[in-house]
Amino acid sequence: MHTVVLENVVKTHGQVVAVDDVTLSIKSGEFFSILGPSGSGKTTILRLIAGLDVPDSGTITLQQRIVNADPPHVRPVNMVFQHYALFPHMTVFENIAFGLRMHRQSRQDIREAVEEMVALVRLKGKTQRFPAQLSGGEQQRVALARALVNRPVVLLLDEPLAALDQQLRQDMQAELKRLQQEVNATFICVTHQQDEALMLSDRLGVMHRGTLLQVGTPQEIYEQPVSSTVAKFIGLSNSLSGMVTRTENNFCWIQAEAFPTVMARCPEGGVEHGSATVMVRPERLHISVDGPVNGYENTFPAIVHHVVFHGNEMFYQFRLRNDAIWTARVPIAGTHARPLVPGQSVYLQWAAHDGLVLSS
Amino acid sequence: MIRVPRSVGISGLLVLMFLYLPVMVLIVLSFNASTMGVEWKGFSFQWYEKLLADRSIIDATVNSLMIASISTVLSLLFGLGAAIGLETWRGRHTSWMNILILLPLVIPEILMGVALLMVFVLFQVPLGFGSIIIGHMVFNVPLTVVILRARLRKLDPTWEDAARDLGATSWEVLTHITLPMLRPAIWGAALLSFTVSLDDFVVTFFVAGPGSTTLPLKVFSMIKTGMTPEVNALSAIMVVVSMVFVGLSWIFQQRAPVSPTTPSSSE
Repeated sequence: MHTVVLENVVKTHGQVVAVDDVTLSIKSGEFFSILGPSGSGKTTILRLIAGLDVPDSGTITLQQRIVNADPPHVRPVNMVFQHYALFPHMTVFENIAFGLRMHRQSRQDIREAVEEMVALVRLKGKTQRFPAQLSGGEQQRVALARALVNRPVVLLLDEPLAALDQQLRQDMQAELKRLQQEVNATFICVTHQQDEALMLSDRLGVMHRGTLLQVGTPQEIYEQPVSSTVAKFIGLSNSLSGMVTRTENNFCWIQAEAFPTVMARCPEGGVEHGSATVMVRPERLHISVDGPVNGYENTFPAIVHHVVFHGNEMFYQFRLRNDAIWTARVPIAGTHARPLVPGQSVYLQWAAHDGLVLSS
Repeated sequence: MIRVPRSVGISGLLVLMFLYLPVMVLIVLSFNASTMGVEWKGFSFQWYEKLLADRSIIDATVNSLMIASISTVLSLLFGLGAAIGLETWRGRHTSWMNILILLPLVIPEILMGVALLMVFVLFQVPLGFGSIIIGHMVFNVPLTVVILRARLRKLDPTWEDAARDLGATSWEVLTHITLPMLRPAIWGAALLSFTVSLDDFVVTFFVAGPGSTTLPLKVFSMIKTGMTPEVNALSAIMVVVSMVFVGLSWIFQQRAPVSPTTPSSSE
């Protein structure tokens, strides 16, 4: 069953098309992320679902009901705002109770519901404080409690972790997952952090300039990006442009200037002959120091350009023949006894099924 | 902090002296025992005692306080409406609406007084409390709008979005979010309006009627019959009261729309 359905939704702000013909179905109980760079229209989608913005055209359906004309206060949807938007003149308790007060709940019910929520987000003993007296992580939890206490069918989260530091962010990721299971609501989360989206989501959509480029599970999007824009946004990727010369059994052969013919996986649905891009993920590159080894369909000579120590892995940059820079990530445990040094000549090798061809 | 030559600092001091010397002289002379002139004849409270005994001065004070209170409250109501309206309705005409709202503050008061008098006569509005209150609102409403709009612009619109998302109707957003956050500015505007109304002479002079003499009008009529130390005492009180109100107004306007940061005692 789909909780939220957007059909051909268009929203413009003046001259700017924020959301351009987006069609999207979000399943009940799902953790769905919308991933995209800032200004890609992802926050506007949340505001449209919440009713804070009204679409120029298209329909928004919540639980099989078209809600285009419904004002925000009647929609069974609540939002956690990017900078939380906690009410500074109210205590934590009053902030969390606000939604219930607006819905005319009894004093007793409000107290019980707020206390339950406070326990759920682990804010006991802080209910009489003002937002300004809380840490960033605590403010975040107040914002979550303030939205969840209304038992929304859909919880909208706008960059929920962006304002937190690294350690807190990892804790809150686990916390979000836990909360979603406990309250059993559909979560729609907007983020520009690809690792966040990949880790948290059951499914995600990649947005770029107002259009939804691809929707799928994190694995589908990581393994089968439909375009180089998606591939680049979902993780560091090495790319090489050339012409498709042959396709056979789901593999493509690509001819790039100054390189031997490259063999890589064709995208689902095939590829047209003509110009195309090959993408290879940094963790799929094999580095051969003492000449090419067997077992890889593709071999590029390269020069070590830059070496970065990342703690648990080494991060290498290589210069190819066409002066393009490719990157490789090698776990420290499996690395060579001698780390590579800049200027060193090596061979980059990769298997055909680890490369993906995308039409340009 | 900017570091400046000492001479610049001293000139600042001179400017302050220039501004406050007349007021200081006035206050000092109000304690002068002498009945005539500026010659110091010893310290005395007698002029203040005389003031309190003068029935007409007490009446004028009550009139002034009443007029200032009513015109302040009405100006706040009108000003709030105008300020919120202008902030939410960001149409094409807002920029010249802004100028139109502020214009009464810079129109020479004497012209405003004459104009108001003509309007009142034209529409046969009896001159008295009502006409003075309306006259004061002509400058108090723009003043209120300026102060409230400055604060409104600083309010994050996502607070309103959050309230609407949590189920507040637009009326509830106003009463639960916007107005509480505007509270310091509302107090600031009220105190300033009250003070300006209390001190106004020119407009009041034109539109006052019999039985509605305010303090500034009283001072003026006392001076017409000659400078007495009583006037000094009355003026000194008005100056001090005005300064206190303006100071309070400023303090309220400086307050951030954020609640106290002192740790709570709940734990």
